[in-house]
Amino acid sequence: MTVLTATQRSQPSAQLSAETLLDMYWHMLLARRTDERAWMLHRQGKIAFHVSSMGHEAVQVGAAFAINRGVDYVAPYYRDWALCMAIGVTPRDFMLSLFGKAGEISSKARQMPSHWSHRGLNILSTSSPVATQVPQAAGLAFAIKYKRENGLVDPNDATQPRLALTCLGEGSTSQGEWHEGMNWAGVHKLPLICLVENNNYAISVPIERQMAVSRVAERAVAYGVHGVTVDGTDILACYDAVRAAAERAYNGEGATLIEAKCYRLTPHSSDDDDRTYRSREEIEEAKRADPILRFERYLRERGILSDAIKQDYEQRARQVIDEAQRYAEAAPYPEGSSLYEDVYA
Amino acid sequence: MPEMTLIDALREAMDEELARDPRVFITGEDVGKRGGVFRATMGLYEKYGEKRVIDSPLAELSIVAIGIGAACAGLVPICEIQFADFIHPAFNQIVNEAAKMYYRSGGAWNVPLTIRAPYGGGIGGGLYHSQSVEAFFTHVPGLKVVVPSTPYDAKGLLKSAVRDPNPVLFFEPKKGYRSIRGEVPTGEYTVPIGKARQARVGSDLSVYAYGMMAHYAVQAAEQVAREDGIQCDVIDLRTLLPIDKETILASFKKTGKALIVYEDNLTMGYGAEIAAILSSEGFEYMDAPIMRLAGPDVPAVPFSHPLQEAFMPNPQKIAAAIRQLAAY
Repeated sequence: MTVLTATQRSQPSAQLSAETLLDMYWHMLLARRTDERAWMLHRQGKIAFHVSSMGHEAVQVGAAFAINRGVDYVAPYYRDWALCMAIGVTPRDFMLSLFGKAGEISSKARQMPSHWSHRGLNILSTSSPVATQVPQAAGLAFAIKYKRENGLVDPNDATQPRLALTCLGEGSTSQGEWHEGMNWAGVHKLPLICLVENNNYAISVPIERQMAVSRVAERAVAYGVHGVTVDGTDILACYDAVRAAAERAYNGEGATLIEAKCYRLTPHSSDDDDRTYRSREEIEEAKRADPILRFERYLRERGILSDAIKQDYEQRARQVIDEAQRYAEAAPYPEGSSLYEDVYA
Repeated sequence: MPEMTLIDALREAMDEELARDPRVFITGEDVGKRGGVFRATMGLYEKYGEKRVIDSPLAELSIVAIGIGAACAGLVPICEIQFADFIHPAFNQIVNEAAKMYYRSGGAWNVPLTIRAPYGGGIGGGLYHSQSVEAFFTHVPGLKVVVPSTPYDAKGLLKSAVRDPNPVLFFEPKKGYRSIRGEVPTGEYTVPIGKARQARVGSDLSVYAYGMMAHYAVQAAEQVAREDGIQCDVIDLRTLLPIDKETILASFKKTGKALIVYEDNLTMGYGAEIAAILSSEGFEYMDAPIMRLAGPDVPAVPFSHPLQEAFMPNPQKIAAAIRQLAAY
């Protein structure tokens, strides 16, 4: 087991071009601004529900850029807006979901918002009971290995999925589903990355009430898989950790459990009130370690990001989000008769 | 046509499907070298190897969840749950996940998954090796639920289940694994999911049953025909979900009397839905109260032999119910 930090990491991120680094920053920023808009729409009474990825952007965008985006399988959880957006789900898709409108890509507006699915991008449909996606992701990874071993695909064909990435919160690792999925991944040495976005709270319950170990990654030992803990506010550290895990998966070296330590900057969802379980001071402190500000400082120090670029990105983000919102507000609701579609294939 | 047992027919179906399609694989507890605790997969490990007939960890939800993931990735899993009694840990994966995947993804992700499970009592299995669990799952749109009662249907329906693009629960009457024999064609044929079978023709009353009870219902019908001259129409339902209302109602329109037999406990069991269909859609043909013969409303089938026998419907109990109904 290893602990990766910004100062002592292997360095695949050192190979990233300025253009890619800016693209990563753009996705973090667009995710954040879309997220903020959703909260605003909720306060305005225009939408019924929102669950946020604010504070998790470094983990999610770093992970997305470290895999073969849109090709490798992803089985996300509800907090993965930034991840899914960086893979290809658009703000317009998200707005249609928030408003429950026709044309919604993940579920024809059947699911609550943030229950991702995109067949074209190999994002598996997500449910609400937590950790159910983990053994399913092990199943996706099992299929990858099965197809290789039974000669159904060329193992080096990068147009085919070569790993499965699944994400969940630290609280979800209390579920038996997580255990059973990880166990398969270990026993069958599956090309799986299990990314635990550890933000210290499962709604209100702190990590000490979920597990007696100090780090989620320690649990990797029990499954015979590789385990790492990474600073989830450092996008490059997250990228490096997922990149290393991806290489292991691609090379048939088995699964990796990555624990990315971050902080949820908002309540659990628009229906939660986090004042009942954490102090305002704690949140203010976390905001000073905002992963987007951190990456921004890094890019500015290296002369990659300027005020002009930042201003341009902010303007573009506003345009994209405004357009998405307008589109979704104007879109019709699903036809009542669509209720009966898609019961059986 | 060769005669074989129910379990041999099931094995032949799996053998042919494994040979037909390299995406088909089997997983479950002890399905590999051991060939399954009932020997349903006997010889398949040797024939197709450990990469296609795969012993799972002893954890049922993962057997189903791995199947769901693999199915979504384009494989065709046959998952064995060793006893239907052990399917409950996988309930969430079956009901919340497999059944809803196609609907909740707007038709984007489907789950071509077959879950085989031996079910039913009368084998000295006690509370946890005797359960009939079908009613939990027939309540769930998105699933298909199949229960064969003859070797012919077992093979043909299992092949259909494997080829179905939806999750199919395939409940096998384990008491009949070796006691039920019948003719089974060599090689390719399928039996469609969603169609009941007319197991016996008669015009006095209709008996609706499935699995072991369908087998017993035919025996009971022969007995009352011999002894009492009562002629029963026996409908072997074969598929419990989706329901073949057409065949069910056609028989009732002919007889006006219905006995529904199932070995699950009575209340809220599968027979309640058949009764509801008959009374709402066949009311004008009704000539007697709709009768149900089922297990008693106790938590499970006990181990001790007399207690087990008291629980289980059998041909004698079915014959008695037929006589009672025919007297109307």
